[in-house]
Amino acid sequence: MGGVQVTLRNPKRVVEFEGPMRVNALLDRLELNRESVLVICGDTLVPGDALLDDADAVEIRPVISGGSDAR
Amino acid sequence: MKCTVCRGPAVIDVRRHNANFCAEHFVAHCEEQVRRALHQFQMISPDERVLVAVSGGKDSLALWDLLIRLGYRADGLYLGLGIGEYSDESGEYTRAFARSRGLELVEVDLLEHYGFDVPAGAKAAKRVPCSACGLSKRHLFNQAAVDGGYDVVATGHNLDDEAAVLFGNVLRWNVDYLARQAPVLPARNGFPRKVKPLVRLAEREMAAYCVVRGIDYQVEECPMAKGNRHLGYKEALNSIEAQSPGSKAAFYFEFLDKAAHRFNADFADDQDALLACTRCGAPTPVEVCAFCRLVEKATTVPSSRRIPVAGA
Repeated sequence: MGGVQVTLRNPKRVVEFEGPMRVNALLDRLELNRESVLVICGDTLVPGDALLDDADAVEIRPVISGGSDAR
Repeated sequence: MKCTVCRGPAVIDVRRHNANFCAEHFVAHCEEQVRRALHQFQMISPDERVLVAVSGGKDSLALWDLLIRLGYRADGLYLGLGIGEYSDESGEYTRAFARSRGLELVEVDLLEHYGFDVPAGAKAAKRVPCSACGLSKRHLFNQAAVDGGYDVVATGHNLDDEAAVLFGNVLRWNVDYLARQAPVLPARNGFPRKVKPLVRLAEREMAAYCVVRGIDYQVEECPMAKGNRHLGYKEALNSIEAQSPGSKAAFYFEFLDKAAHRFNADFADDQDALLACTRCGAPTPVEVCAFCRLVEKATTVPSSRRIPVAGA
């Protein structure tokens, strides 16, 4: 233990990355589109330029929902 | 990253506005965008009663919260769709939100009131689940609004939803659907007015609004929506947006400004030709409306599968 703990969904899992690293760099590394997710620490939004250190824990939450027909 | 308004630490960037916001000014930004949509498209008068279609997800709960903050008289309508644990949880999030704010919540359960749920309805009618779900929702929103004497139904469709629907309809040149795609559908023929006050806000902003405002919502995606076309369109548009911020807004609002009127004439003629459904009275182009036909298919057990009643 000791890296940045990252919780992902669909399926829910925790992965670890070596810090320090910027949030945007983390998203690039995970090949995630910044328009499609939020990064959250506890109940606080974490901006893209925030520096994550070892032992930080963040959730990457998808924001895209579907389920509509053509309308 | 600093807040564009106050220069304090920012929590989110909104690239299409070339702006960053702290929590306080992000909430103000969302309020302003909703206020502008309400005004720009003349959605709701201050004295009107609003029924907000709430699902327990981020968009509808954020919408309800925003309308109340802006001073509107807004009650919630929750539809129990019978999609297993997903529906159970979405109902809990919705009730908890209403309870915590002392808001009025109307509930309609598809199985209890109409004898079927979305999975059964989709199977019986041989429709994809999202189609049976959307059809049921549209009918029940209208019915609940009429029954409750509401002037307007508000739904949580955001900019991403509208851009994705537009994208899909343009790909196939569904001119009938393009004619109906507007932030406001006026009341006519027994339908209440329908409005989409979140069209100036992206999906990511709605999720962020809930986090900032401490609104608990159902994060998990509907299990029946996984892999549908609509989600694929959103991902495609977000890839473009990442390269060129503002593309989604330009696509949708330029359509409204420059192209939508070219499709509207045929739609108006269709609306004038609507009849009353012989079973439920809802406006329909044919004798029995699509929802009543769905109810019939979903609740009619084939004779080969009927269980004999003892003594009959």
